[in-house]
Amino acid sequence: MQRTVLAGVIGVIFGTGIALSGMANPAKVLNFFDIAGTWDPSLAFVMGGALLVTAIGYRLVLHRTRPVCEAKFHLPTSRKLDLPLMAGSAVFGIGWGISGFCPGGAIPALGLGETSAWAFVGAMLVGIFAARSVRLAHSQRLAPAA
Amino acid sequence: MTEFTPVLSLLGGALIGLSAVLLMAFHGRIAGMTGILTGLLPPVASDWAWRAAFIAGAIVAPSLVLSFSNQSIAFASPVPLPWVIIGGLIVGAGVYFGSGCTSGHGVCGMARLSPRSIAATATFMATAIVTVFVIRHLLGDF
Repeated sequence: MQRTVLAGVIGVIFGTGIALSGMANPAKVLNFFDIAGTWDPSLAFVMGGALLVTAIGYRLVLHRTRPVCEAKFHLPTSRKLDLPLMAGSAVFGIGWGISGFCPGGAIPALGLGETSAWAFVGAMLVGIFAARSVRLAHSQRLAPAA
Repeated sequence: MTEFTPVLSLLGGALIGLSAVLLMAFHGRIAGMTGILTGLLPPVASDWAWRAAFIAGAIVAPSLVLSFSNQSIAFASPVPLPWVIIGGLIVGAGVYFGSGCTSGHGVCGMARLSPRSIAATATFMATAIVTVFVIRHLLGDF
């Protein structure tokens, strides 16, 4: 229970950061990418601020043996630059460049009650679900016993 | 045109970083929106409760900012709705296969100097810049 409430509070901090930074504003995000046109470099400051705090904070936190509410840290271990990573990321950038929304920007934008944010998130969830179904079907075909 | 907001953007970025550090410190989890959302889609992950709470907190956050401060939150979308939906489908498939988005790879993974996250971030930033260039300057669209 405590752990769930805490996750909610941390979500509020995340959403506040996104809303203040401009990441939930498609016009601003698209202007960041429009280097040859109406360039708005603000989002470089978002990345800079977020990276600085996270890099320092992670150093302190990951020194501990375990997180406060859990038995262990859940960290990705793969270091391989494979095709799904590279192709998936390239495709994500195209969608981000079309819509001006990334997942972390769009979720807090739902709270602004904007139609485009709801349309984007609905479509994005369909996209994630479809991609996951394709991968699950594929892995079952490769290993039918599993 | 949008207004250049270095101070507000830096502050917002620092809060995003703070949330990433806290989620690691308390829950031992990467604050990546893709991973958190994926666990809420069927088949739903057994640890759905903290995921749902984090998402709910992120959704109510803008209303809290508007209620308890004088800060306004700018929002404008120059993109026609059908293209927003097409963009959403593309983003969903891309972040799933790419194992993350701006928050997971761009902030948390880059902060850990993960080679996968550095490669992913460089790739999606590059294709987003090219996409906007093509739409705005070659096609002359939104």
